[in-house]
Amino acid sequence: MSENTKQVKQLDRVIIRFAGDSGDGMQLTGDRFTAESASFGNDLVTLPNFPAEIRAPQGTLPGVSSFQVHFADHDILTPGDAPDVLVAMNPAALKANLGDLPKGATIIVDTHDFSARNLTKAGYDANPLDLLETPGSELDGFNVHPVDLTGITVGAVKEFGLSRKDAARAKNMFALGLLSWMYGRPTEGTETFLARKFAKDAAVRDANLTAFRAGWNFGETTETFVVRYEVKPAPMSAGTYRNITGNLALSYGLVAAGVQSGLPLFLGSYPITPASDILHELSKHKGFGVTTFQAEDEIAGVGAAIGASFSGALGVTTTSGPGVALKSEAIGLAVMTELPLLVVDVQRGGPSTGLPTKTEQADLLQAMFGRNGEAPVPIVAPQSPGDCFDAAIEAARIAITYRTPVMLLSDGYLANGSEPWRIPEVADLPVIDPAFATATNHTSTSTAKDGTVTETEEFWPYLRDEETLARPWAVPGTAGLEHRIGGLEKGEGHGNISYDPANHELMVRTRQAKVDRIADSLPPLEVDDPSGRAKVLVLGWGSTYGPIGAGVRRVRRAGYDVAQTHLRHLNPFPKDLGEILARYDKVLVPEMNLGQLSMLLRAKYLVDAVGHHQVNGMPLKAAELAQVIGELVAEAEGIPADQLDLSVATSQEVHQ
Amino acid sequence: MTLTSNRADLPTPGLRSGTESVPTTDQPQTGKDFTSDQEVRWCPGCGDYAVLKAVQSFLPDLGLRRENIVFVSGIGCSSRFPYYLDTYGMHSIHGRAPSIATGIATAREDLSVWVVTGDGDALSIGGNHLIHALRRNVNMTILLFNNRIYGLTKGQYSPTSEAGKVTKSTPMGSVDHPFNPVSLALGAEASFVARTIDSDRKHLTEVLAAAAAHRGTSLVEIYQNCPIFNDGAFDAIKDRDTKADAIIPLVHGEPITFGVPTEDGRATKGVAHDPATGGVRVVEVGDGEGQLSESELLVHDAHNPDPSVAFAISRLTDAGYLHTSPIGIFRQVERATYDDEARAQLATAGASSDADPAERLSALITGADTWTVV
Repeated sequence: MSENTKQVKQLDRVIIRFAGDSGDGMQLTGDRFTAESASFGNDLVTLPNFPAEIRAPQGTLPGVSSFQVHFADHDILTPGDAPDVLVAMNPAALKANLGDLPKGATIIVDTHDFSARNLTKAGYDANPLDLLETPGSELDGFNVHPVDLTGITVGAVKEFGLSRKDAARAKNMFALGLLSWMYGRPTEGTETFLARKFAKDAAVRDANLTAFRAGWNFGETTETFVVRYEVKPAPMSAGTYRNITGNLALSYGLVAAGVQSGLPLFLGSYPITPASDILHELSKHKGFGVTTFQAEDEIAGVGAAIGASFSGALGVTTTSGPGVALKSEAIGLAVMTELPLLVVDVQRGGPSTGLPTKTEQADLLQAMFGRNGEAPVPIVAPQSPGDCFDAAIEAARIAITYRTPVMLLSDGYLANGSEPWRIPEVADLPVIDPAFATATNHTSTSTAKDGTVTETEEFWPYLRDEETLARPWAVPGTAGLEHRIGGLEKGEGHGNISYDPANHELMVRTRQAKVDRIADSLPPLEVDDPSGRAKVLVLGWGSTYGPIGAGVRRVRRAGYDVAQTHLRHLNPFPKDLGEILARYDKVLVPEMNLGQLSMLLRAKYLVDAVGHHQVNGMPLKAAELAQVIGELVAEAEGIPADQLDLSVATSQEVHQ
Repeated sequence: MTLTSNRADLPTPGLRSGTESVPTTDQPQTGKDFTSDQEVRWCPGCGDYAVLKAVQSFLPDLGLRRENIVFVSGIGCSSRFPYYLDTYGMHSIHGRAPSIATGIATAREDLSVWVVTGDGDALSIGGNHLIHALRRNVNMTILLFNNRIYGLTKGQYSPTSEAGKVTKSTPMGSVDHPFNPVSLALGAEASFVARTIDSDRKHLTEVLAAAAAHRGTSLVEIYQNCPIFNDGAFDAIKDRDTKADAIIPLVHGEPITFGVPTEDGRATKGVAHDPATGGVRVVEVGDGEGQLSESELLVHDAHNPDPSVAFAISRLTDAGYLHTSPIGIFRQVERATYDDEARAQLATAGASSDADPAERLSALITGADTWTVV
């Protein structure tokens, strides 16, 4: 059968989920499909989802690892709520993911692993593939394609003399080839990638390349699949693009902050999921003067970063929630000593060890208040994987300009998720001036008994800039500016230890005022309210930007007015936030926690914020949000419940 | 009695000096130059005064630019030290000074970095940072003031207090076993380990000189008397009548001898290998039965790459009330330092290259797989 006889259907978007054992290479498969789609020009968003165990027991539900990619011919914001296509490499992968699929979805199953043993491990009493024709069975209503992916792969790569086990490992590339054929993906990138990745072992390299091509040919020549799909490139604004994950963009943002400030970057870090990739990435960029110090613990990581900042570097520490808890006292020291410091918290499910590989936004109040004493720390949050780049530079700007620790709150979804990113021109990036102190800044006079007045030039480490309230940053090696700082309360101006009650009151209020003044440097908040008639404002922060945006679009498509705005700065809030909140009858705050931003907004603005909370370790879903937003709009507009029609907004479109 | 260490050997042969990359000054300096305008607020009679005075007098000997010296401390009585020195300094948080100093020393080759800490700060709350600093061998000097008590919190037992010690928190006597800081440091593979005494200005200064000259982490334990909460803890090694028998002076290249000398000036006690245990033991020196001649004694070799003999010597320290203690440089060996190696990697990677950083940044963020939309 030639390609021409296959039917080609046009689609505007597709969601594919690759699922298998955590050793099956599903993340790699998803990454490659994503890279192919990116180079083809689709807009896309991805959602990797994997267990905390490196190799959980084979064939079990807890061991299932998956990678979801949503690609489209238009601008999209989320990895998609429900997959149109599931590739399941074993019974556990089928069982674990079936519940997320809408009826009509396509399922490609590797029949090889549907052995009695694996079926039992996954909790199946009977092989669901045997019941495909049975009405009401588990797979009834799905478009199921059972294919012996493993068997065909082993046969195809026979000539390379690999063991059966090693040969079978190429099955993920067979699956990738098949899906690449089905959706007309370009293949050159994957071929180059495989040749490079397995350059050291010709047999393994050739087996993977052959399996990949065999998958493509299987789609094209057999009658198993009769339809190919086409998803055209998405119109995007002009520029050069690449695909990027949040952790990579954040790492690049930190390198850029070093270049743009002229400061050497110093990372003190202790490995922790899901932040370790930033440590790995930055350790590759020593050529940019980036020092990475893998410390003995979280505290030493931040301690070394503070030491580096004291000596004139841009000190950074990267961690996740449990690490922030350990670093709290040291962050307080940076508040007191007023040194620049970036604390990157890639949030994960908590409390305690919680869900290391899953996402959550529940560290906002820890970032805000998790220190002894009045210890204000500015907070910046990126809203998408690519935005992690800009957010890192913004956090560095605040840290350096205001001489303060800054919390950068990413999360597991941003960290591992990816999207096309328009590569910025370096010339357009902000320049950050460290403005080191170079000279004395105070003249003290003393009068001797005989009346002679002596003037002494001194350096006062706590004499502040009038506009920013920042103190001077004098680094060791600068003659004449020798000074001592520390965790004990400092006297305003001279900076010597002071236990004076009035001075402490002044210093506590001044440290707060300094952080509050950062708001003077923030642009007005952008509110998306196309009709100008919306009564409901949806307000979010961090990684919920995509799902909220998608939910808002769905509600608008259903014919209702709703406004959206998103906070990058959580402390201080933008100056116009209070006025914006007051403009709307209802304010909805969706969060992946139990209402932490809502609590802050209610406390500061006395606004009756309505929360929508989800803490299941996964990103918010657009359809669910559309329902919640729609209901609030109906309430605000006085639309009776029976007249509210959100069917357009909440449908799970399935294309096959 | 002399405690003179062999200064001819300093710095460690073959290795760069600890202060080699720190800018020097031609201007004459005095102790006064290193004295800040802050009033010193330790208790009257505190051993910390003597150490401060010794350090202030010693620093000019280094001939370094004052602005290139940094003192970092943790929390405790001794950790107020940086406030009284007119150098750069940070009084940080409890136990964390070695980690902060690691950041400073790694980021800046041109700084002379000193850590001032105590037995509680370094060995209890900050124990992890101390052993890892020693393991990494970051170029810094750690002055560990050991008064064997918690002073600033008013008299609880510390991790170096003897078992059975009665304090506010241990009214029936402490049931904790103490650390021997020198043994701990040797176990952590420290490249320079010494012990000295607050009241012996000369020995203290000599040890400081050797420590500063050593490239890597130098740990100097300073026996320091707390007159308020643990007065007399070191009386045996300070008392004119007992100290000859209490102090075992370690001098590189010399047989280890001590004890009240004979009338003709010969040693009466010494340290020798103990074939029975593989360790070392204190022996009587002389011609009598059961006594050893001086030639049979252990010759102290601070440069021995194997730390086990130094460790054995460190075990001659009393764990309980102090009757005997080896004093001097236990170990001084060359080993690559973390900060030098880290900087070398940066240099190898081209950190000091002349290429336009903006162009390099642009190439980095662009990567290999891109597509262009027009």
